[in-house]
Amino acid sequence: MHISLFITCFNDTLFPETGRAMVRLLERLGHTVEFPLEQTCCGQMHYNTGYQEETIPLVRRFVEVFGQAEAIVAPSASCVGMVKEFYHNVADRSGDPELMEQVEAVVPRVFELSQFLVEELGVEDVGAYYPHRVTYHPTCHSLRVLHVGEAPLILLRNVRGIDLVELPAAQECCGFGGTFAVKNADTSMAMLGDKIRHIKDTGAEVCAAADNSCLMHIGGALNRQRSGVEPVHLAEILASTEEN
Amino acid sequence: MQTPTFEESAKAYLSDTQLRRNIGHATHTIRDKRQTVVDEMPDWEVLREAGSSLKNRIMRHLDEYLLQLEESVRQAGGQVHWARDAGEANRIIVDLVKEQQVEEVVKVKSITTDEIKLNRALAEEGVRALETDLAELIVQLAGDEPSHILVPAIHKNRAEIRELFRKKLNQGELSDRPEDLAEAARLYLRKKFLSAKVGISGANFAVADTGTVAVVESEGNGRMCTTLPETLITVMGIEKLIPTWRDFEVFMQLLPRSSTAERMNPYNSFWTGVTEGDGPQEFHLVLLDNGRTNVLADEVGRQTLNCIRCSACLNVCPVYERTGGHAYHSVYPGPIGAILTPQLRGLEDEGAASLPYASTLCGACYEVCPVKINIPDVLVHLRGKIVDRKKRAGGLNAKSDPEYIGMRLMARAFKSRSRYERAQKMARVGQKFFVKDGTISKLPGELSGWTAMRDLKPIPNQTFREWWGDRDE
Ligand code: SF4
Repeated sequence: MHISLFITCFNDTLFPETGRAMVRLLERLGHTVEFPLEQTCCGQMHYNTGYQEETIPLVRRFVEVFGQAEAIVAPSASCVGMVKEFYHNVADRSGDPELMEQVEAVVPRVFELSQFLVEELGVEDVGAYYPHRVTYHPTCHSLRVLHVGEAPLILLRNVRGIDLVELPAAQECCGFGGTFAVKNADTSMAMLGDKIRHIKDTGAEVCAAADNSCLMHIGGALNRQRSGVEPVHLAEILASTEEN
Repeated sequence: MQTPTFEESAKAYLSDTQLRRNIGHATHTIRDKRQTVVDEMPDWEVLREAGSSLKNRIMRHLDEYLLQLEESVRQAGGQVHWARDAGEANRIIVDLVKEQQVEEVVKVKSITTDEIKLNRALAEEGVRALETDLAELIVQLAGDEPSHILVPAIHKNRAEIRELFRKKLNQGELSDRPEDLAEAARLYLRKKFLSAKVGISGANFAVADTGTVAVVESEGNGRMCTTLPETLITVMGIEKLIPTWRDFEVFMQLLPRSSTAERMNPYNSFWTGVTEGDGPQEFHLVLLDNGRTNVLADEVGRQTLNCIRCSACLNVCPVYERTGGHAYHSVYPGPIGAILTPQLRGLEDEGAASLPYASTLCGACYEVCPVKINIPDVLVHLRGKIVDRKKRAGGLNAKSDPEYIGMRLMARAFKSRSRYERAQKMARVGQKFFVKDGTISKLPGELSGWTAMRDLKPIPNQTFREWWGDRDE
């Protein structure tokens, strides 16, 4: 399959390793990966913070860049959620019927990585090897916006060498919430404190998730506390092999 | 009027250890219980869909249903009053009470009466409004404010309540066993019920085609207040309508399971106007707008009026769980408050305008809401209105706002590939001032909130697109 990588501005700039892992993984599974260089940002941050007028050109840009793609796959549940659940709101706001149509047309071809692998490609074992104790935090947007369900855990369970441990109160929000983490820093931290406690209780050395944004927040505290737990994106675990 | 912002208030409540423990414990308990009684319903999702459709229909034809209700209540011997705002509603009720020449009225728990500050309005006219719901009584005796729409004293524990009763109800020896605390309140209230001439209630539902009003509760105090006094006054928001009696089928399943995690409420009281020789002989229904028609006028915000005040969204909210209800400075706290308060009060109030931002958009509220109010969607919609307002105000205010400047700069960068790539490089160079030992632990200005408690990894030397470009060559 021809897969267009929707890397997201966040991963492009801050977590390039996640993107490299995705390329390795998808090519290993026999697919052709493309990276349209004209892509920038999906507009999630602007939209969620209330700058909805500013989101319209970004939606336009997205449908132009990815309009012809066969499958558009991203390592971020929240950015995919933005496209799939909220782009039609932005298109409505623009009042442009053509944009509404373009959004309608592109949305069914946009996927979050784990959902794409399990539900679209029917792959449950990607042939990965990762000899570490790992706990998985299901991010809110993967759970309650995209409903990825068990997909990431199915993939992780099939990784060789992994010691996968269940995270207590896993479905509770970590307290990131984009600009919430700065605007309501105290409340955000109170939420994060409990998430960190649960992560540490598992004795894991790695905390995995499908969103680097939440992981940046969780990892920020893990690092500040010198906790000995590393945040790692799901794609990086799935890309690991014995040789690499 | 200006209320304090959520982020300011939250700070103080977050460090109240007793409150954190009380609310954390209570919300988790009721959250789990709710899940159990919801899981036993195979058709729960269908019921939610039905509840949502019924409510949407009511909102589409609210004008007609309201007139139908007025007619039905009159036919059944009740009187209907229309109140545009809190002031009007209070004036109507105070006049009705004074006609009866009483100094005390008994009340069923009603958030709508809290919304209009009825007790204060009555007190100013020398009438004491006695709360008869146990938790409301606790809050009233403590001179406190409710912090939860269903369990107003959720922030208090048994030891605190025992102390309060000992002082205020003149109880010498009193244990902190729930039964003993309830008994103390029961003895105090029983006398009041038997002597009260006027009862005041809210309403959970009113049926447009029969004029029936319904109150559901757990303690039986509501039954007493609505049957024993000679005069009953009910205050109801105009959105509490349901079209026909049959629609109870849906709501009487949705509400108890979502609110108290019960299959059925212990007390369900329904009355239709007045019945000779049975119950109150005078019934007044006060229909309150107080900002609701403004909510109705907003196509996205409108669904907020579907709320049946079950409080399930509060109990699952990770923000509410930690700050408690008082940080919201409204009788409607938690997720429903974060969307209802700013719409009722208006976005000019800074405190109200801070509420839509008091959420991570985690979606837990939407998932449990029995009438499927898409709370995250409404939150984001309101944020949009707040920003649009800020932009319209223009001037220095908008221009000097760091968030506005940042958002505009980024929006510009994202519009062109070359500008975006330049911005990536600039950020990489710019961060040099803040990186120490491979970590960013301190950032200035608005961003200091992040680094106050979290580290930040520096931006790597190569972006993904740079790597992709190298690889292609
Ligand atoms: S918004 Fe929904 S969940 Fe929250 S109180 Fe209202 S009906 Fe219940």
